[in-house]
Formats: sequence, C-alpha cells, structure tokens
Amino acid sequence: MATQSSRSAARAMLSPTVILLLIWMIVPLAMTIWFSLQRYNLLYPDRTGFNDFGNYTRFVLSPAFGGAVVNTLILVIGVLVITVVLGILIALLIDQPIWGQGIVRILVISPFFIMPPVAALIWKNMFMNPTNGLFAEAAKVIGLSPYDFLGQAPLTSIILIVAWQWLPFATLILLTALQSLSSEELEAAEMDGANALKRFWYIMLPHLARAITVVVLIQTIFLLGIFGEILVTTNGGPGTSSTTLPYLIYKEALLDFDVGTAAAGGVVAVILANIVAFFLMRAIGKNLDA
Amino acid sequence: MGKITLSQVRKSFGEVDVIPGIDLSIEDGEFVVFVGPSGCGKSTLLRLIAGLEDTTSGKIDIDGRDATLLPPAQRGLAMVFQSYALYPHMTVRKNIAFPLKMAGMSAAEQEAKVQHAAKILNLTNYLDRRPGQLSGGQRQRVAIGRAIVREPAAFLFDEPLSNLDAALRVTMRQEISELHQSLKTTMIYVTHDQVEAMTMADKIVVLNAGRVEQVGSPLDLYHSPRNLFVAGFIGSPKMNLITGPEAARHTCTTLGVRPEHIRVGDGPWQGVVGLSEHLGSDSFIKVEVDGIGTINVRAGGEIDVRHGDRIRLAPDMDKLHRFDAEGLALK
Repeated sequence: MATQSSRSAARAMLSPTVILLLIWMIVPLAMTIWFSLQRYNLLYPDRTGFNDFGNYTRFVLSPAFGGAVVNTLILVIGVLVITVVLGILIALLIDQPIWGQGIVRILVISPFFIMPPVAALIWKNMFMNPTNGLFAEAAKVIGLSPYDFLGQAPLTSIILIVAWQWLPFATLILLTALQSLSSEELEAAEMDGANALKRFWYIMLPHLARAITVVVLIQTIFLLGIFGEILVTTNGGPGTSSTTLPYLIYKEALLDFDVGTAAAGGVVAVILANIVAFFLMRAIGKNLDA
Repeated sequence: MGKITLSQVRKSFGEVDVIPGIDLSIEDGEFVVFVGPSGCGKSTLLRLIAGLEDTTSGKIDIDGRDATLLPPAQRGLAMVFQSYALYPHMTVRKNIAFPLKMAGMSAAEQEAKVQHAAKILNLTNYLDRRPGQLSGGQRQRVAIGRAIVREPAAFLFDEPLSNLDAALRVTMRQEISELHQSLKTTMIYVTHDQVEAMTMADKIVVLNAGRVEQVGSPLDLYHSPRNLFVAGFIGSPKMNLITGPEAARHTCTTLGVRPEHIRVGDGPWQGVVGLSEHLGSDSFIKVEVDGIGTINVRAGGEIDVRHGDRIRLAPDMDKLHRFDAEGLALK
C-alpha cells in the first residue's frame, strides 16, 4: 500500500538525522559518566584506572560544594524574582499607549542582544568599579563613600547583572500575554466595581499565570548554567562567595585539571537540575494546561 | 429606579464626531432598544451611558443624579457584553459573585444571591464549572447572572445574542424578554437586528450616523416611519421604495409600499415574476414591474407562481408611505 511504503520511506529518510542526533547526545553523556568513574587528572597522567565513586564523594564532600549549590539557587531565585516582578511592571507600563512606543519597546528589549560577557564587563568596569564606575561617581556626588559592589556583595551584584540581561525576555513574553487579554474583560471588571489594583490582582495576574510559568521554566534552564558573567567579574570570589555549581565544575576541570572530578560534578549538576525541574513542574506545571 | 436622561450628549474621537449630539429620555422599567446599521454609534452611546467612554460634552442623568463624570462602578448599571467577558479562570459561582465580592459583601450573603440568580437562570448545576466548559447560551446566562446579582438601576446589553446560532438566539431573546417582565428593571439593548428590536422593545431608538432618526414603539415605527431611513430599516422584508413617475402620480418623491401590503391579483401594476421563495407560511416574490422596477411582494403560502409568470399586483392604497425630496414622510 502507498501509505505503508511512504511511511517506511519517511522513516528510512529520517533515520540518519535521528541517529546522528542520538549519537551527538549519547556519546558526550557516556563519556562524562565514564570519566566520572575514572582517575583522570591531567597533572598526574600516571594515575589511571577505576575510582568507583571516589570522584563523586570528593566533589560532593569538597568544602565549596554546599556553598556552590546554595549560591546557584540564590542566583536562580533572585534573578527570577527580579525579572518576573519588574517584567510585569514594565510590561504594564509599555502596554500603555504612549508617544514613541516603538522606540521605547526596542530600548527595553536591547539588553537581550548584548553578549553576556560583554554586558558583565561593562557593568563591572563602567558601573560597579569602586574608583572609576558611574555608581561610585554618583555616590561621591551625594556625599557617600563609593561601594565596592563586586567585592562587598559579589553574588548580589551578579544577580543584578544577570537580571538586567534577562529582564527583556520576561518583559516581552509578559507583554504579549497582557496584550491578549480582552479589553471587554477588564471593562466588565470595571463595571463590577473593581478598581485598578483589584483588576490587576483578580483579572490580569491570573491571565498572566501561564506566561509567568513559561518565563520561570525557560529562565531556570538558562540560569542554572550561568557561567560567563561570573568568570569575567568575580572569578567565583572573593573566596568562594560567588562560586556556583557550573563555576565549581569549571574550576575542577580547567584550574585543577581534575577531569574525573569535574565529570562527576557535571553528572551531579545534571541530577540536581532534574530535581529542580521536577519540583518546578509540580509547583507550577498545571498552569500550562489549557 | 432607573430613569436615564441624556441631554445634548456628544462624543468625538479626535476630529470625528461619532455622536454629534443626542437628547434621549429612558423611563424607569422600560425596555429600550438602540438599533441601527453597524457603525451608527449605538454601541458608543451605550458605552457612554455605562461610563466606559467619557462624553465630549453634554449631560447624563441617572435617577435624577448627574452621572456624567461618575466612574462606571458608581452608576449602578450592569452590562452584558457581546463577548460575554466572563472571567475564564473563575468558576461560574465566582464569576457571578465577583461584583458582590468587589462590593465587600459577606461570603454567606454572596452565596445566597448567587444561588438566587442561578435559580432564575437555570444555572444551579453549572456553578462549579468554568466558562470554558459551558455552551454559548449558558455563558450568556452567566453574563446575565453577573449583571442580575448587582440589582442595578438598569441593564445594558451590547449585542448579546450576536455570537449565538439562530435557534438559540430566538430562545435567549424570549428569556431576556421574560426576565424583563419579572424584574421590571430598565433595560437598554443594542442590536443591529431589527427583528430583535421589534420583538423585544417597549421603545425603539433608530440611530443612523450618530443621530436619532426616530424614537417610538415598534408598531409606531412600522406604521408611521418618520423618514426614508427608518422606513427602509424597520420591517422585513424591506419596504419597496419607488421613485419616478409612479411616485409623482402619488404627489411625492419616493413612494414606500411594504411587501405585505401588496396583493397578487387584479391591480394596476403588471410585471414578470423573477425569484420566488416559498416558505410554506409565506412566499416572497420578486416582480419586475413595468415602468417601476423590482418590487418585493409577500404573498400567502398557497400562491402558485413561477419564474417568468406574468402577474398583476394591487398595492393597498391605505397603507402607502409617501416621502418628500428630503426623505421626510408626508402626511
């Protein structure tokens, strides 16, 4: 039959791509798991062979690990809170019919187009630098002593930088959701006696629930892997106060040359990410159902 | 109480005068229908009364109180929107209770009122559903329920039946009329469908390009339209409007004859049958009358005429409408 043969033809033609993609995924994963079970340190090429779960225990029990997990979560949650709250407010603002709306919207979106290390370096050198930075100058103008953002509050500063980069994404998605809210629904609420604040709380916010969920899920995926901003600003320091899980893995692999432990860290990070995803989906996943 | 008076109400969007100035008085308990072609300003007028649009100038009184500058919630009016505007994330119960909740009513009182409204509207079994799980007619009833619980001075309906299918529209039309009979509350109803206007209204306001063309009871408008626009708009099928020598013979510029006021049989007009639609109860026949043009005739269901037949027509001389050059009716 025609459909039968065309179906198997389709399968045959698709299979090279699918198999290639599968290899692309399986091989690195298998290699990571393999390395994570080996003694594999570039400084000691003579030490080889199976290490069982020694790399895992070493990574998990290392003094920096607990702090890195906590820092990662603080970074993710901090950026999420800032971007969602500010994103809603900015979306409400630029949804208003104002003069120059097109330009304002482009300006709001532009941070998203800037490469993360570039943005982080600009923040570090031009804004947060305690001697040359604009913030330091501003503090001097009003008679305060300059604040060393990246030295005194490294994690908070990184959260600010990353939130600035992700704010456009949240704003954009929330703005489109806001625009899909029917004006009659808002007018009905107005007739029903709801003031602006109540209309926001009872009508707009529930309408935005799905968009907020999308923002939270997508941002979490990317924020768990934030690395470049940390590398170019604080290098995980001072001490380990801004070291996150990805940065810790980088440190094991490329500063300590311990490939085995870094691979174990990678596997641990994947597991932790899945745990986060599991709880996230349980908490807010139902918002995605129609 | 729900007496609404508009005096010299004007609305313009930028340069465009949507409503150049309307005087209108709506009595307590009346069912008033605003009818007109799309774009005639009837919805805008309703939104002005509701307070969803600001008047450019003029005054709106509700119950003798100047409401021109009051926000919508304080006017004591309830509105049913064309799209129903139900809150999709709330159950039917919460939808109906929303205005009560906004008014700060206690939960027990809310529940009692919701139950009462649900009973009137046959919604008791659907209170825990969401709008998305309801049919069009049920959604419509929820929207009405949300309006009822507020016990408003007047209900405003903005083309509420236009999203329903034909059969349901007839049912809901009757339900709204019955609701008006039992509540005796002022209702203002906007529609472009003259059948809805004729069947439901105590008083019809015919609007055209933001102006009131005529105000009157449905039969008033039917029997004595004030001008050509009303004559052509009210009545279905439309009135035949004849110009030329035949009109001149009756000393007017335009002669109007309703299709139902023309008899097939012996008469002064002769013509060839074009399209004929036999509905069983009635027959609508298009006749190409010599020297006059196309005339629509509404005849009895039993009549047997075919395409191409030559027949004679007799207009009912007592029921002719005559209009002058300005389109105004001549007495």
